[in-house]
Amino acid sequence: MTGGAGIAIRGVRKAYVGRGREVLALDRIDLTIEAGEFVAFVGPSGCGKSTLMNMIAGILPVTEGSILHHGRAVTGINRDVGYMTQRDAVLPWRTVEQNVALPLRFHGMPAAQRRDHVAAMLDHVGLSGFGRAYPAELSGGMRKRVALAQLLAYGPDTLLMDEPFGALDAQLKLLMQERLLRIWLERRQTVVFVTHDLAEAVTLANRVVVFSGRPGRIKAIEPIDLPVDRDVFRVRFLPEFEAAYTRLWDALAPEIRKGEAA
Amino acid sequence: MSGAADEVAAIGGGLRTASVRAVEASEVRRRVLVIVLRIVVGVAFIWLWHHASGRWIDTLLISSPEAVGLRLWHWTLDGTLWTNLSVTLEATALGFVIGCGIGFSLGLLFGRYRLLAEVFDPYITAIYSIPKIALAPLFIIWFGIGIESKVAVSAAIVFFVIFLNTFSGVREVDPLYVNTTKIMGGGELSVLRHVIIPSAASWVITGLKVSVPYALVGTVIGEFMSSNSGIGYLISQATGLFNTASVYAGIIVLALVGAIINAGLKQVEARVLRWRGD
Repeated sequence: MTGGAGIAIRGVRKAYVGRGREVLALDRIDLTIEAGEFVAFVGPSGCGKSTLMNMIAGILPVTEGSILHHGRAVTGINRDVGYMTQRDAVLPWRTVEQNVALPLRFHGMPAAQRRDHVAAMLDHVGLSGFGRAYPAELSGGMRKRVALAQLLAYGPDTLLMDEPFGALDAQLKLLMQERLLRIWLERRQTVVFVTHDLAEAVTLANRVVVFSGRPGRIKAIEPIDLPVDRDVFRVRFLPEFEAAYTRLWDALAPEIRKGEAA
Repeated sequence: MSGAADEVAAIGGGLRTASVRAVEASEVRRRVLVIVLRIVVGVAFIWLWHHASGRWIDTLLISSPEAVGLRLWHWTLDGTLWTNLSVTLEATALGFVIGCGIGFSLGLLFGRYRLLAEVFDPYITAIYSIPKIALAPLFIIWFGIGIESKVAVSAAIVFFVIFLNTFSGVREVDPLYVNTTKIMGGGELSVLRHVIIPSAASWVITGLKVSVPYALVGTVIGEFMSSNSGIGYLISQATGLFNTASVYAGIIVLALVGAIINAGLKQVEARVLRWRGD
């Protein structure tokens, strides 16, 4: 069983009804994510990995089974997680500092304290001096850092990330991965990281969960045998990386081919 | 780092080189050209009007720029202009505020509650297709020939524009913003205040810009039908007496008022929507 911040997924099934048909998106999902663990979900498009993440966030209801977070069943919007997606969710009509301050406001932090805290967080992600800018004035990578600063500011102990760096170019992606890993080493949140990039999954995670094509089922779970304190720029040249990557690819490739054929 | 160039471009940086100054100078030249051409068009129109009047077209039909200018001058001196203009402006402003207030609130409500919108949809569509001008005589029976009936006409017209725009604006809100804000700890009211309303603001402001002239039209129609003061009253009086100079003078005043209010709203729009960037 999991400790305080862990996630327990028990016999979860998710079906969508539309146009007079029922489509099974996820079937018989059982998974325990320990507190402080960094888990990546990989799988072919449409395998339901994002759906599962959205169910942990409480945005979508489960059709059958249950999801426990902090030992409590998730039944509505889960306010104990941080949530970050590929699409920018920073509010375009608020300045960078107003965005970062928003969750602090919701959690009742007094204004004076809020200002200092926001400044510290912006500094932490290398955005000091950009507090007064609107998101439209920033580059894509900078907007990601704003979202990260926002998550850090109110400090949820669980982070749900759905291809957060998917829209960034390769170099920027590496930089963001490095930043995220550093933050995780410092704070040891529980992280669920959805990606379709195997290398990204192996680089970051302690465990990688491979999903089959629709209906999504857990096909393989691969523990990543790499040092926790790893260098994202060089880790890919280690033999353990290659071994894990190969095993994961062998599990994933037939699922992707099935999707191609269908 | 590939983001560096983006970051410099995003917030200042770079140098004021000769080509920057050249680009700016050409922008200024273009703005000046537009203003000069606008003045030329205006002067040409007045000159044409002046020449046509009494020469090609009967003065009774189109009056003349001199007569209209003189009339406006007299109206200004003897207070007629301000007395009547203030009546029209007051009714317009009240109608605008009331129509906006009700339209915005109902738009938010219907946008948030799907069932409500579905139930009322056919009725709203039916009422929307009534020409609001057709309601003016009814409002005069209800509220009398004073300012109230004019306020009612312009409020009825403004209401629909704002209601429909707010409704669409609320419907267009990206659910990602709503969900993320809730996950961060925001309640229903916070979502409304920090997500729904700012997100719908661009639709609402478009609605406001469209509805200002409508509010003016509503008031003036009310004044045409029955009243004892206001610019619409001046115009309809003058029409009855075939005093075309006064008719044109009234119309010009209305046109100017509409243009001034719209320019003001553009400033408001630029402030409220400054987050959109260029």
